[in-house]
Amino acid sequence: MPILWLILLVLALGLIGFVLGRSRALSNAGGDIRQLHSLPSYYGSNVLLATLIPGLAVLLLWLIAQPMVIHGQISSMIPESAYTDAGSLNLVMSDVKRVAEGLDIAVQEGALSVEQARDIRTEFTDIRARLGEVGVALGSNVEAYVLKAAQRYRVMNAVGHWIMTGAVLAAALAGFAYALMRTNKDYRARNQVEKVLLGLLIGAASLAVLTTVGIVLSLIFNTIEFFKLYPAMDFFFGTTWSPSFGGGSELGILPLFWGTFYVSLIALVVAVPIGLFAAVYLSEYAGPKVRAIAKPLLEVLAGIPTIVYGLFALLTVGPLLMNVFGEDGGLGWMQGGRSVMTAGLVMGVMLIPFVSSLSDDIINAVPQAMRDGSLGLGATKSETVKQVVLPAALPGIVGAILLAASRAIGETMIVVLGAGAAARLSMNPFEAMTTVTTRIVSQLTGDADFASAEALVAFALGMTLFVITLGLNILALVIVRKYREQYD
Amino acid sequence: MSDFTADNSPAAGKGSSLFKETARTKRRNAAEARFKAYGIGAIALGLFFLIALLSAIISNGIPAFKQTFVTISVELPEAKLDKNGNRDPAEMAKVTTFGYKPVITNALIAALKAEGIEIPFAKEKDVADILSSSAPAQVRDTVLANPDLVGQTVDFRLLASSRVDGYFKGRVTREALARDKNLDAEHLDIADQMVKAGLMETTFNADFIFGADASESRPEQAGIGVSMVGSFFMMLVVLSLALPIGVAASIYLEEFAPQNKWTDLIEVNISNLAAVPSIVFGILGLAVFIQFAHLPQSAPLVGGLVLTLMTLPTIIISTRASLKAVPPSIRDAALGIGASKMQSVFHHVLPLAMPGILTGTIIGLAQALGETAPLLLIGMIGYIASNMPDGIASGFLDPNSAMPAQIYEWAKRADPAYYERAWGGIIILLLFLMTMNIIAVILRRRFERRW
Repeated sequence: MPILWLILLVLALGLIGFVLGRSRALSNAGGDIRQLHSLPSYYGSNVLLATLIPGLAVLLLWLIAQPMVIHGQISSMIPESAYTDAGSLNLVMSDVKRVAEGLDIAVQEGALSVEQARDIRTEFTDIRARLGEVGVALGSNVEAYVLKAAQRYRVMNAVGHWIMTGAVLAAALAGFAYALMRTNKDYRARNQVEKVLLGLLIGAASLAVLTTVGIVLSLIFNTIEFFKLYPAMDFFFGTTWSPSFGGGSELGILPLFWGTFYVSLIALVVAVPIGLFAAVYLSEYAGPKVRAIAKPLLEVLAGIPTIVYGLFALLTVGPLLMNVFGEDGGLGWMQGGRSVMTAGLVMGVMLIPFVSSLSDDIINAVPQAMRDGSLGLGATKSETVKQVVLPAALPGIVGAILLAASRAIGETMIVVLGAGAAARLSMNPFEAMTTVTTRIVSQLTGDADFASAEALVAFALGMTLFVITLGLNILALVIVRKYREQYD
Repeated sequence: MSDFTADNSPAAGKGSSLFKETARTKRRNAAEARFKAYGIGAIALGLFFLIALLSAIISNGIPAFKQTFVTISVELPEAKLDKNGNRDPAEMAKVTTFGYKPVITNALIAALKAEGIEIPFAKEKDVADILSSSAPAQVRDTVLANPDLVGQTVDFRLLASSRVDGYFKGRVTREALARDKNLDAEHLDIADQMVKAGLMETTFNADFIFGADASESRPEQAGIGVSMVGSFFMMLVVLSLALPIGVAASIYLEEFAPQNKWTDLIEVNISNLAAVPSIVFGILGLAVFIQFAHLPQSAPLVGGLVLTLMTLPTIIISTRASLKAVPPSIRDAALGIGASKMQSVFHHVLPLAMPGILTGTIIGLAQALGETAPLLLIGMIGYIASNMPDGIASGFLDPNSAMPAQIYEWAKRADPAYYERAWGGIIILLLFLMTMNIIAVILRRRFERRW
């Protein structure tokens, strides 16, 4: 684990820097702390930070850059006749890496000497058999250019590694020396350390922006790739979804939209009335004791992982619905346990606490004076709720429902396990249908080749999902915010 | 004042009294009672769903913690297991599990005959279907670990096959076996007799909690232990990245950030990220960490990175709330006696806010522990997590599963014996989540300060 050692080395250097910086400042002040601009530990920290930050930054950048540079160099070594497109180039590259790893293992186990691993040729040796001996299984015989590329890969990796070690240590030492030289009793060490710390804080805060940028970029690039392979009009307005990795797939998003919409609709039909009534009861009727017990219990539903709900849908609710609406129940509406209804009901249960706690907050924010006024005029409690509190809270409640809808649309595990895999446009809620999230999972799991339209479509689906949920969230936030301004 | 002398008696008709409900009052009171009943009904329904969910989990999951074992003495003949007789493990390893199978079958037949249990099959060796197909491997591993056992008669505790196990748990019935190629009803008769003779028992199965996943045809052997280790390494990554980054980001936003466009942008981003569907984070992980940075697929490190990005907004939001709860007088006092702004935050505000921060972090971790969807996209399924990682580096970098991904994997396998495992896995997962949440509540109760 040489990289770990390198990190430890830089850390050790930093610690030495801390001690040296501190004592240098102290001795410069003649041992009298009052002569120093800052507290002694700031001088130490200054050297520590000046050592660690350049060292670790160089390490990080190198670790990101080196594979990319080597990848580019090696892929230019592979003759163009060996591959037809980017996808098969990737396959060849992974072969190269596997052979290189195999050579590494062979050297480690002593089956090959270092020179042999470097100079071995396919013309003279059966590489596959040699590597098989040390437990590296290769799918096919090793081509000459693959072996050459693999050997070059190993050499470049080793050289790159040594240069990296040198560069990291040089950067750390440079920072160390610079900071230590500047240390004297008048040096404003605290200001310097605080400036660096503030920079780190800003960097951490900016990570959120970076994440969003990452999401958007990874979605956009792959979506553009997809639209190069498959016309956008067919994607957005096609009514058939039948991907086949052999080619000739039809990738229309409409059946997926319909499935998503139908499942979410059922979920909201379950969750909104129950959640809303529960919230009204908890905030307007329930005594403090009932509230203290019922509210956390309802919120337990929100803390249960979605995989649990998925299993509940697949193994409990599905068979239960089959007994009532399936062949056995005499109605014959349902063909299998997986259906829109199964997933919708369970998702509704999941959303109850979401709707209830959001609405609860909003109802509580309605000023008491409005209730008192209504009650004073002789209205009953329920009339007050229906005619005064709910209308006042309406924008907030609409916002809560929108948030719940966005949650329902983006939910994955319940629909993967409960809703089925068949893409169809049907009105029967007891039929299996599929959703956007389900298709993302099924198109991207397994050893998919990322260059095919069938895999890339998942990114286009993800993009659509991201845009829809983002729109709903922003709309909800705008509505809620507008409402809050009324009473604060 | 003459206006008031006008007739202003109530508009109600003759004979009305405050003590007697009019039809209208009755209707209004009934509506009131109905409305209240709806509220109670909604809460009762919500609680009913909670109870239904929990009871389904418990009743379906408890059997996974028990397993049927067969205890028999197996004679280990030297002629078959170590032909050369020099007890060299490398040499003995050449005898595969196929070589061990007849040894175990013979031992089982002998044990049955010794107890006087009749074997109703045309071919006596068919009785071995009672045992799990993992039994030969188990005996072989024991023998290879201790070659001196060859030639002796050793007591082994072997797994029964999943269908025999299901029979004792009520999952498998004789009628169902009529359509089953793997086992006949006669096997169950023998199993019943073996239980009476003390050869077979259903007991607590620690291997389910600590063991590794098994192939699709051997549900009796599968355990959640390896994926638990995978989850553990992922949580280490999440904790070591999300806590410092989240706290640093919150400190900046709450204490230092000036009101400008960049700060606004960060705030909007954080609140939006909190609501982005988790599967989108999976897509991000796939594109950035695996496609772009070429990190290994299915590795807990990648899973941890994705979950870190996902939990960061949660941690930032709760950390900001607890920083905000520290009263400004603390900051003012520190500044007043000459501390710098940074010192007042790190020496005074942060320690006071720490209990709240830790509570929020634990809740964020619990959320990350139960998350499945992003893990599916970075390749944590369709993979049998059968080996414990050997060391810290391999724990982070070698392909592994995680608890929720393992549960999903089991739920996908068609065998009902795996459904039982999936429910059992959920019990373990929920126990972890419950413990974390209880710790969070205790932390809050114990250290929370009201200002």
